[in-house]
Amino acid sequence: MTRAYLDHAATTPVSPAALAAMTEELARVGNPSSLHTAGRGARRTVEESRERLGAALGARPSEVVLTGGGTEADNLAVKGMFWGRRTAHPERRRILVSAVEHHAVLDPAFWMAEHAGAEIVLLPVDAAGVLDLDALREELAAHADETALVSVMWTNNEVGTVEPVRDVVQLAHRHGVPVHADAVQAAGQLPVDFAASGLDAMTVTGHKLGGPVGTGALVARRDLDLTPVLHGGGQERGVRSGTLDVAGIRAFSVAVEDAVAARPERALRLAALRDRLVAGVLERVPDAVLRGPADLSLAADGTAARLPGNAHLTFPGCEGDSLLYLLDSAGVEVSTGSACQAGVPRPSHVLLAMGVPERDARGALRFSLGATSTDEEVDLVLDVLPGVVERARAAGLVSAGGL
Amino acid sequence: MRVLAAMSGGVDSAVAAALAVEAGHEVVGVHMALSRSRDQFRTGSRGCCSIEDAGDARRAADVLGIPYYVWDLSERFEETVVADFLSEYEAGRTPNPCVRCNEHIKFEALLDKATALGFDAVATGHYARLVAREAAGGTVHELHRSPNTEKDQSYVLAVMGPGRLARAMFPLGGFASKAEVRAAAAERGLSVSAKPDSYDICFVADGDTPGFLRDRLGERPGEIVTPDGEVLGEHEGAYAFTVGQRKGLKIDRPAPDGRPRYVLDVQPATNTVVVGPAELLTVDEIAGERTVWLAADVPADDWLDAEVQVRAHGAPVPARVRVRSGHAAGTAPALECELTGERLRGVAAGQSLVVYSGTRVLGQATVASARRAPARTAPARTA
Repeated sequence: MTRAYLDHAATTPVSPAALAAMTEELARVGNPSSLHTAGRGARRTVEESRERLGAALGARPSEVVLTGGGTEADNLAVKGMFWGRRTAHPERRRILVSAVEHHAVLDPAFWMAEHAGAEIVLLPVDAAGVLDLDALREELAAHADETALVSVMWTNNEVGTVEPVRDVVQLAHRHGVPVHADAVQAAGQLPVDFAASGLDAMTVTGHKLGGPVGTGALVARRDLDLTPVLHGGGQERGVRSGTLDVAGIRAFSVAVEDAVAARPERALRLAALRDRLVAGVLERVPDAVLRGPADLSLAADGTAARLPGNAHLTFPGCEGDSLLYLLDSAGVEVSTGSACQAGVPRPSHVLLAMGVPERDARGALRFSLGATSTDEEVDLVLDVLPGVVERARAAGLVSAGGL
Repeated sequence: MRVLAAMSGGVDSAVAAALAVEAGHEVVGVHMALSRSRDQFRTGSRGCCSIEDAGDARRAADVLGIPYYVWDLSERFEETVVADFLSEYEAGRTPNPCVRCNEHIKFEALLDKATALGFDAVATGHYARLVAREAAGGTVHELHRSPNTEKDQSYVLAVMGPGRLARAMFPLGGFASKAEVRAAAAERGLSVSAKPDSYDICFVADGDTPGFLRDRLGERPGEIVTPDGEVLGEHEGAYAFTVGQRKGLKIDRPAPDGRPRYVLDVQPATNTVVVGPAELLTVDEIAGERTVWLAADVPADDWLDAEVQVRAHGAPVPARVRVRSGHAAGTAPALECELTGERLRGVAAGQSLVVYSGTRVLGQATVASARRAPARTAPARTA
């Protein structure tokens, strides 16, 4: 059976080059912290990888703090920046985050509220998921001296909205407040230049762009006060202890370098596939609603209002779990885009923050395209979707009208 | 066939799913989330509702190589099963939440959604046997007791009605013991093979039904009286008492004859609990309502000799039953039942009365009232 894997935002295949680098490196011995020949060899591989990562992401090598993935980097950013600031300025307790952040940012922030005296301010977004800059402006004007940090994602993982990170940086820096951005979904699909962005810290991960799971980095300015979250051997300038995963790091750097190099051509291709998918779905299921930015264009410099590989739609009267099941049995792998809570699929906090009614949010599907996506996969989706939606709608009627 | 296997995370439903796969069906596992505030780990003898149980179900589905989904039926469960449980106790009746769950959740919400999604049947791990028999008027679907008399669950299944019975599947129908089911699980590498049985009401933490009722309905102190109206003590809410109950009455004064007292009646209008000697619990006429008749080929509009059972693990007793159509259009028929052999003790309104002919389930009704007919004598037994 033909299958369509359109869940690249969940994870995307490891690129052949990254896989080759990884397996080659796994066969070698050497702890980068060791002083002997094997150790020096490992250290050289790590540092070359770091240089490659820095070059690809517009950062200095010394700004790259290698981590075990995006969630760890987000935790380090939120907790490390909060504690780092608090040491010098105990009155800075407020953490400003957008309401549509990934749980890897939201949950550490709320954990800090519960355990470290932080106060969380959720910044609202508009109907397309774009941060309300006026709300940020007002928040900073009123409480700049009490604010520890701002964290706003570069692009949203569910609806693909590109956030105004540069504006956020400008506003926050005017008040001396550092800014973190989760760029996990952006890297490889949009131009991501850490230095040009003005950010103080930025999260990237390997497995969303062809690298292995369990690899990532927090790119952090050298003058940023970061309190470590993992303590131990003092690796990564003492900010992130733990023996370095040489094979993973090399594969990660190869994946990032390749994804960034391939980005202009790949983004065009993904956007074209995505546009055909969206137009085809809306033609076949006229009451489906595209969520997130309606502007699907890709500028000549590669910037966009929406992630090129993202399509997110809601289907009135359908439940996401019915759609997922029916699509999966028809060979199409997508996601509802939202996390399960207590094992139960819940309406996405992102859609709810955008003002989508809970009823509509239940019938959401995220299609995310990646390096291996093809026209045939889009064809399969367009082929099976009308029947799937019709059937899911019938099941939705049964569920809703049962009483 | 495309079969949806309801998987609680227990051994029975896991083996049922396995047998459906082995029978050549295209099987998808579905775990029903019946509460939104679920505990991480299983506690006590509740066996279905924690995140750990959902994980056990997922693991079993993975071993069987079938897709697995969690369906959120918590709202429906609260609106039907839990709400019914509370309002029935509040009305002085004794509900059976497992019967209501089968009626509204497993064989209605789940089955109807499955049907709409293109499934032909829903398989569960119930201990009961289905027999499909060709007859002049088409296929007759018979529901029978499990050969495993200890685990037999035919009592809680009759409520689904004939139409839904045709879309149900009980792969454990042929198993004569739980040990066989556990062995079948172990043989297939299912890690739930040694998981303890569950027997408490799944939504009542620690099995404390009176405590659960008190939390949800609030304390309502009232009197405990004899049939003659003599006040013997106080209670915290008549809703927490069940006809036939002996323990937990907290009456200081013993009966004049020294014999134990039982709850004879719960009167919600006056919030009164009536207690008295065991013999006053004996009944031989039961009136049923909300009748569901499964056996279209066995008419009961005139008196029919059969057996009836009023508790999940009670013994059947001989009776004659008659089904009378509802007075108004659309209302379920009433059921009249006269015990012809042994009488029953402690039959509460709200309980399910299931009519059997041998091993076959003919139908069921909800007990509306039970009484002792004047001038009839037969030996009594506790059901």
